[in-house]
Amino acid sequence: MSLLDFLRPRPKNTANIARERLRIIVAQERATRGGPDYLPLLRNELLEVIRKYVHVGAEAVQINVERSNDGEVLELSVALPETGAATGTGG
Amino acid sequence: MTETIVITSGKGGVGKTTTSASLATGLAQRGHKTAVIDFDVGLRNLDLIMGCERRVVYDFVNVIQNEATLKQALIRDKRHDNLYVLAASQTRDKDALTQEGVGRVLDELKQDGFDYIVCDSPAGIEKGAHLAMYFSDRAVVVVNPEVSSVRDSDRILGLLSSKTQRAEKGQGGGTQHLLLTRYNPVRVEAGEMMSVGDVEEILGIPVLGVIPESENVLAASNSGVPVIHDAGSIAGQAYADAVARLLGEDVAMRFLDAPKKGFFKRMFGT
Repeated sequence: MSLLDFLRPRPKNTANIARERLRIIVAQERATRGGPDYLPLLRNELLEVIRKYVHVGAEAVQINVERSNDGEVLELSVALPETGAATGTGG
Repeated sequence: MTETIVITSGKGGVGKTTTSASLATGLAQRGHKTAVIDFDVGLRNLDLIMGCERRVVYDFVNVIQNEATLKQALIRDKRHDNLYVLAASQTRDKDALTQEGVGRVLDELKQDGFDYIVCDSPAGIEKGAHLAMYFSDRAVVVVNPEVSSVRDSDRILGLLSSKTQRAEKGQGGGTQHLLLTRYNPVRVEAGEMMSVGDVEEILGIPVLGVIPESENVLAASNSGVPVIHDAGSIAGQAYADAVARLLGEDVAMRFLDAPKKGFFKRMFGT
């Protein structure tokens, strides 16, 4: 960092943005990997239905397929905002 | 005992062929009989990077379709007589590769006493990429510290864990390694590029090597000499380190930090 750099506007730390975006999308894609093809669609439709009632962000609905000896379990989790009027993260 | 290693990535242009050429050369330099196979039918390039493009007479598809013997198609490297290149066909379409045929060629290489078979995968997740990984024991996933490359690598890691012969037999997905290429420590320090740690954490598999961005990589491909031969370049040294780690040696990572600037440069430099 040179002295002259303080005079220029600092660029954003885009590496951090990249890392956070990848964390979310990779986790999402892993959760539905190997599962039925309809999972991403199911997730989106659920999100739409939930949004009729509560304002939640795109990451609010998580879908997981767990395999056990007895078969497959579809696990859904919906994170609701802390207060009724909370804002979603959009997307 | 032969080990089959696939060099793959999902995304194109990240350095699969450069990596295949240098890792195969490095394994041969360390005394292992090695074959490197180009699976990119229709877009052959390994021959150029290995500098043997004018010596290709028969190719992989010729061998699969019994139009040539494996012995006729294997091109012996100019510099190492325990290193052989099997070129991809430039004229056939991708369906020329069959699972049975690829398996047969790999079995023949195993019987010929090869220690390592390096499979240079095409980009994408289509047939060529599938067959390049199908018979592998180990995978080197080449990744650039950039969003689309990292995401595609994760997709490939998923396929490696489910769509290989080992996985189908219930033997697990085999060993997986990450190899970062085009790494620029100066940009990482400036917060403009994800770090090795970031990529390793997102993808969750260990890093085999980090190849710094270097002008010597282009110079090497220009001249058809794998960059690992350029022992004076940091990219060549980083590949040599990766080969050592591939062979199980414990070698510390190098070239991860930006060169330290002097006082004057820190004050007034760029």
